[in-house]
Amino acid sequence: MPDNSKSLMIQTTDLTKRFGRFTAVDKLNLSIEKGEIFGFLGANGAGKTTAIRMLCGLLKPTSGTAVVADCDITHQSEQLKTRIGYMSQRFALYEDLTVKENVLFYSGIYQVETSRALSVAEELLSEMGIDLGSKALTSSLPLGFKQRLALTCSLLHDPRLLFLDEPTSGVDPQARRAFWNVINRLAEKGKTVIVTTHFMDEAEYCHRVVIMQEGKAIALGEPAVLKNEHSVPNMQQLFLKLVS
Amino acid sequence: MKSNRIPAIMLKEANHILRDPRTLLIVVLMPIVQLIMFGYAMNMEIRNLRMAVFDYSHTPTSRELVNDFSASGKFQVSYPNLPEDSINQLFFSRKYEAVLLIPKGFAEELNRLKKTDVQLLIDASDPNAATLIRSYCTSVIGRYNQLEKYSPIDVRTNILYNPDMRSAYFFVPGLIAMILVMVSALLTSIAITREKELGTLEQILVSPIRSHEIVIGKVLPYIILALLDALFILTVGMTLFGVPFRGSFPLFLGFTLLYVLAALSLGLLVSTVAQTQQVAMMMALTMTMLPTIMLSGFIFPIASMPKLLQLFTYIVPAKYYLQIIRGIMLKGNNLTQLLQPMLALIIMTVVMLAVAVKRFSLRLK
Ligand SMILES: Nc1ncnc2c1ncn2[C@@H]1O[C@H](COP(=O)(O)OP(=O)(O)OP(=O)(O)O)[C@@H](O)[C@H]1O
Ligand SMILES: [Mg+2]
Repeated sequence: MPDNSKSLMIQTTDLTKRFGRFTAVDKLNLSIEKGEIFGFLGANGAGKTTAIRMLCGLLKPTSGTAVVADCDITHQSEQLKTRIGYMSQRFALYEDLTVKENVLFYSGIYQVETSRALSVAEELLSEMGIDLGSKALTSSLPLGFKQRLALTCSLLHDPRLLFLDEPTSGVDPQARRAFWNVINRLAEKGKTVIVTTHFMDEAEYCHRVVIMQEGKAIALGEPAVLKNEHSVPNMQQLFLKLVS
Repeated sequence: MKSNRIPAIMLKEANHILRDPRTLLIVVLMPIVQLIMFGYAMNMEIRNLRMAVFDYSHTPTSRELVNDFSASGKFQVSYPNLPEDSINQLFFSRKYEAVLLIPKGFAEELNRLKKTDVQLLIDASDPNAATLIRSYCTSVIGRYNQLEKYSPIDVRTNILYNPDMRSAYFFVPGLIAMILVMVSALLTSIAITREKELGTLEQILVSPIRSHEIVIGKVLPYIILALLDALFILTVGMTLFGVPFRGSFPLFLGFTLLYVLAALSLGLLVSTVAQTQQVAMMMALTMTMLPTIMLSGFIFPIASMPKLLQLFTYIVPAKYYLQIIRGIMLKGNNLTQLLQPMLALIIMTVVMLAVAVKRFSLRLK
């Protein structure tokens, strides 16, 4: 399918990760198109984070392959890293730096010009009312602000593909709504966004989702189609029906 | 585009250091505490040695000699009113470290022959202390001889480089060696494992950064801190403890930098193994503090160690660094005289650094 692969952002073939004898991700086969908002759903420990870490080049697969943003994740991880943005599940910016210092640090390690990085940050942060000039340390920000800052830092180098690992966990519905508005805007600009979430209402915003259980994909498709197939009214019920 | 990742990491690290009171505490407090400990509490000079005097001469001349002992500041002289055969008892009860016996004919003989004997008994159950006591006694009697012009014989043994047996001469270089290895290895290993624990390392590793950029950027600020500590201890050692500095200062700086690099490489190596700050701390401390105190020649002479331990000292960086800075400070050695320890340090640094950078994986475990 050489034709088809031109429009693909991610393609995995039997992607597997074992930790010792435990299989965290089991023969995952996915094809994700450019411009998609793609959701990873699953209970705690289903293997979502592990799958995403492999796709980012952070973890070496035990077996199987994946091509992400035209790079082989095992052999071209260096090139891959210039093309993707990643926001880890835990808040992973520096709490003892100010907002601006965090932005400048990431612009430094991604080799983005300071002025450009600051204007990207300004755009994404001002709508939340986060002041770039503030002397306050990041540790003093509410979680919603921190997550927006983490998103900002992962976008400074204008990646074509964005991985967001539970970007909205622990924040209020209003902040989640605002965060999803940003995700939609990014997708409209042509970026591919991979999101993991525990919120089934958020699953509805995804173009397509995969539901994982014990490392395996147990359902894959558009939310509307999946709901139809299993004749359930919403994703919540679909999820409960599938995993029980 | 020229890479500015290293400055970015350095700047961030500098901010961490300036904002984390614990790091600053270690860097500032540790040298001060150690200087006080070694400089005053663990002073290897002995004062107030208890000396029992049996003066059978009872003359002004003999009292003068006894006075010289108390005036030296090292001895606390007393006259126990006991029979001579109870001397063993005195040592057993640990009441006295030394006993001075002045015979009956002391003054007459001195007058007549310009030469006489006194007997000195020293408790040698602590051989180090006994050596010191003997040298103190020899120097007191030597001075007495010279002043009184009785004896033309100079009894002083000639001790090179540290004629007063001042222990500061030994502990100041040793302290520099110890603080440097602790600050460098401990702080770098903690700085890296902390990022593992906080998850911030994951966020860096997903960027196109290279391992050497992370390593260099993180380590450089600690090099500066370590050098500042070295200069601080050196200054205190020279001003407060009167330690000499006979050699070249740039040479000292150069070798100190080399030693710091060796210590940092060790810290890096630790951080590639340890996953948490606590493990890193334990590993770094045991790998630096113990060998530096016990096996570098800082406190115990390497020559008097068992052969097996002597072999082990060859992989202790502080051993070479101590040779070097004692050489520079006390003897005024130049570069050509220090080539051998320099080569050893360079080899150790290169090997550890190479292994650390290779082990420093850009992937998660
Ligand atoms: N480095 C590791 N070593 C051993 N086991 C691991 C490691 N990382 C993850 N696991 C295990 O793999 C399984 C999948 O973990 P993963 O973090 O991918 O789940 P998840 O779907 O992201 O869960 P959550 O919703 O809680 O984030 C878990 O059982 C976890 O304990
Ligand atoms: Mg997860």
